[in-house]
Amino acid sequence: MWNLTTLGREVSGCGISGIIHRKGEPISGQMIIKSICCQYERGNGLGAGFAAYGIYPDFKDYYALHVMAQSKEALEKVEDFLQRRTFLTFQEPIPTRKVKTIHNPPLFKRYFVKPRVEGEESCGLFAEEEQMVQIVMEINEKIEGAYVISSGKNMGAFKGVGFPDEIAEFFRVDEYRAYIWTAHNRFPTNTPGWWGGAHPFTLLDWSIVHNGEISSYGTNRRYLELFGYKCTLLTDTEVVAYALDLLIRKLGLPLELACKAMAPPFWMEIDEMEEEERELYSALRILYGGAVLNGPFAILFAYNGGLVGLNDRVKLRPLVAASKGDLYFMGSEEAAIRSICPDPERVWAPKAGEPVIIEMEEGAIPNQKSYLKVRPKEVREDALRIRSIPLSLFTS
Amino acid sequence: MATPQFASFYPDFYIERLWDRCIKCKRCIKECTYEAHIWEAKKKTLLEDHVKCVGCHRCEAFCPTKAIIIKRHPAQFREHALWTPWFIKNIYKQADQGGVLLTSTGCMLPFKNYFDHLVLDACQVTNPPIDPLREPMELRTYIGSKPEALEIEEVDGRFRLKKKLPPLIKLEVPIMFAGMSYGAISLHVHQGLAKAARDLGTLYNTGEGGLHASLYEYGANTVVQCASGRFGLHVDYLKAGVAIEIKIGQGAKPGIGGHLPGEKVTEEISKTRMIPVGSDALSPAPHHDIYSIEDLRGLIFALKEATEYQKLVFVKISAVHNVAAIASGVVRAGADAVVIDGLKGGTGAAPTMFRDYIGIPIELAISAVDKRLRAEGIRHRTSIIASGGIRCSADVVKAIALGADAVSIGTAALIAVGCTMCQRCYTGKCPWGIATNNPELLKRLPPEVAYEKIYNLVKGWAHEIKEMLGAMGINSIESLKGNRDKLRAVGLTKEEMEILEVKHAGE
Repeated sequence: MWNLTTLGREVSGCGISGIIHRKGEPISGQMIIKSICCQYERGNGLGAGFAAYGIYPDFKDYYALHVMAQSKEALEKVEDFLQRRTFLTFQEPIPTRKVKTIHNPPLFKRYFVKPRVEGEESCGLFAEEEQMVQIVMEINEKIEGAYVISSGKNMGAFKGVGFPDEIAEFFRVDEYRAYIWTAHNRFPTNTPGWWGGAHPFTLLDWSIVHNGEISSYGTNRRYLELFGYKCTLLTDTEVVAYALDLLIRKLGLPLELACKAMAPPFWMEIDEMEEEERELYSALRILYGGAVLNGPFAILFAYNGGLVGLNDRVKLRPLVAASKGDLYFMGSEEAAIRSICPDPERVWAPKAGEPVIIEMEEGAIPNQKSYLKVRPKEVREDALRIRSIPLSLFTS
Repeated sequence: MATPQFASFYPDFYIERLWDRCIKCKRCIKECTYEAHIWEAKKKTLLEDHVKCVGCHRCEAFCPTKAIIIKRHPAQFREHALWTPWFIKNIYKQADQGGVLLTSTGCMLPFKNYFDHLVLDACQVTNPPIDPLREPMELRTYIGSKPEALEIEEVDGRFRLKKKLPPLIKLEVPIMFAGMSYGAISLHVHQGLAKAARDLGTLYNTGEGGLHASLYEYGANTVVQCASGRFGLHVDYLKAGVAIEIKIGQGAKPGIGGHLPGEKVTEEISKTRMIPVGSDALSPAPHHDIYSIEDLRGLIFALKEATEYQKLVFVKISAVHNVAAIASGVVRAGADAVVIDGLKGGTGAAPTMFRDYIGIPIELAISAVDKRLRAEGIRHRTSIIASGGIRCSADVVKAIALGADAVSIGTAALIAVGCTMCQRCYTGKCPWGIATNNPELLKRLPPEVAYEKIYNLVKGWAHEIKEMLGAMGINSIESLKGNRDKLRAVGLTKEEMEILEVKHAGE
């Protein structure tokens, strides 16, 4: 019998793999399956998953909600909720195959929606995405036995309890073609088999696969809760997703700096920097200390427009990158890359804390996002009230 | 017939002299400031007045032939679970003199010490522990109020800050020295603390006794205190340090002010405190310009104006029942950091009833304040400094995991310079030269010695903290802050665990 809930926080080791085509040409799912299955020994059959970008071109402007449910009743509740809160354009069961090792799987269904945005002025992308985040959080928190496993435009996550080949077979991953793929093979050590705990973990079009244990989980969770995130899935990876969302989407940090906030340089390195850089990096650490991911990790995260690899700041987990033409690969092991690209032009091991950021060429895909630049941040007025300094005699 | 003084019949301590070792050098007489050792000239021998012995162990430590042992006095009252010698003797004292029971240091009652019911985590297999001897391990902490988000701009392809951060204080180790006034403790201890703070990259605190002229050079590591007595407070003083601490309360005596007896007000102290020699320095219970939270705001910004917004303003409160709401008000009033001093916090002089029975333990207070500030969404904008009963580096780690940014130590620093916890600081006769400004006694603790001991202590603790962080698999202190996952309770009730937000061991 499979579980939708867990008792405690997840701890796991893992294998990861990712591919991106910089011009947005579709890559067959068979390729990512081969790459992740090459790292079979890095999992123990208790979780695997895939994220694919560009798989729903017909509904590219709608948020694709992949919902996992324990029962028909739970699905009905989700549908009721979606009726109230979204404009639903299309829904269908996620096609699956019977796999003899997967008994009694949960129900999977996908919905293509746009949120009903309240108020007049809030019609921008930010407000719309904010609304989607709320919808996802509410379903996960309030509807028992139902989880949204992905919620981005033109992308989706497929994950569950099993080895990667089994999960791929189950979700018919080989039939999809995507311009970004990530995959995960899981080795959990404490809570056997719960479907929601498998990777990738997603929020909007962020998807994350993660190998590691976030020792700073307690600190990160408390910090993220300050901004209204609710950590319901009890996985380390969940906090990574929310931290990315907070730093990049809400606080407007460019991607590179967001990575540096999560895996910051050491103070002794910062002390050696030129003044301007030193001030910037000091400020990053001082303000966003709650978002520092401490402990061993290698993560791959993707969004509509890019794939990023990041290691912890002392590189306690493996991560290798490679490229050939417009194709870029990242994985836990070089073998995983060479199994699908025997002759890469360049292979390298990214340094500790140095992000590998691969964004697609401009205009390569619809609804493309780029996070390389500084963007305006969201302002929370309530929290600003604590320091309204009165008119000063001295400051102008 | 003279009225009998009952208290004098029953000594607390017993001075045992080993006559086969004693060479009658009279060193004990010289060392004892309470005159418990007496030279009997006629018989050419030494006598003891056990009643006068406070148990400071000075004579024992300095006897060249180790001929003295200070013991609990063996004489006993009949057993009674309720009427223990402590209460009997206190009643005698008050019946004899009709005064308030005075004492020093922090609460001595065996209330549950929550630090001792919390255990720490370590890594095994699934994540590797980090070895601080081989990998960097960071304790640096910044204190002060912070904006929520950075303003960043891109110039010539490089990112930089669009708007600099407001002034913040950098601590290389999250252990500061608590406010202890010049007057309560000796100038030499102040000098030692100041120099140690400078070399450790942390802060010491003047307490409310003003700042001695010799200490202005340590300004970058100084917190100047503004307490209800306003002793020694002038604009140069306010500008001398990096932060100003408005002392509303002290853990050892919440709800009352301070009292430095006239006998302790020497020439130097009178200059520093700006009061006449020999006059009692009484600080009132409230600040008479703060009768409400808006008045506190007024003072915070008056101090900021006076120092041109270059100095941080801390507000120190004692941990009382409603500490979470008070701390939240303090932060909203504009304080850059809230300093919470718990039940176990020390003092140079306090009424015994206040020291032992007023206030709540710091562990519960830290957690409650942290929770409240998080619930209000402002925790990351401010700093919490906790003090009161921090005895070892594990206590520091636990305090930070419960939500403090940094801690202050007072008693621990004094024990480092030789204090034996005899709890008689208020007499001004400290035989160890710590809580006194008697020119002769001062010499017993030179500033260099004070510096070395304090420096060593914090250096040792810092190393231990690094080891503990490494064992937990984290290499920077910010990942410990508020991280209750690193704590488990042993032997606490559900309610206590809820307040501390920790799980029980085994969960």
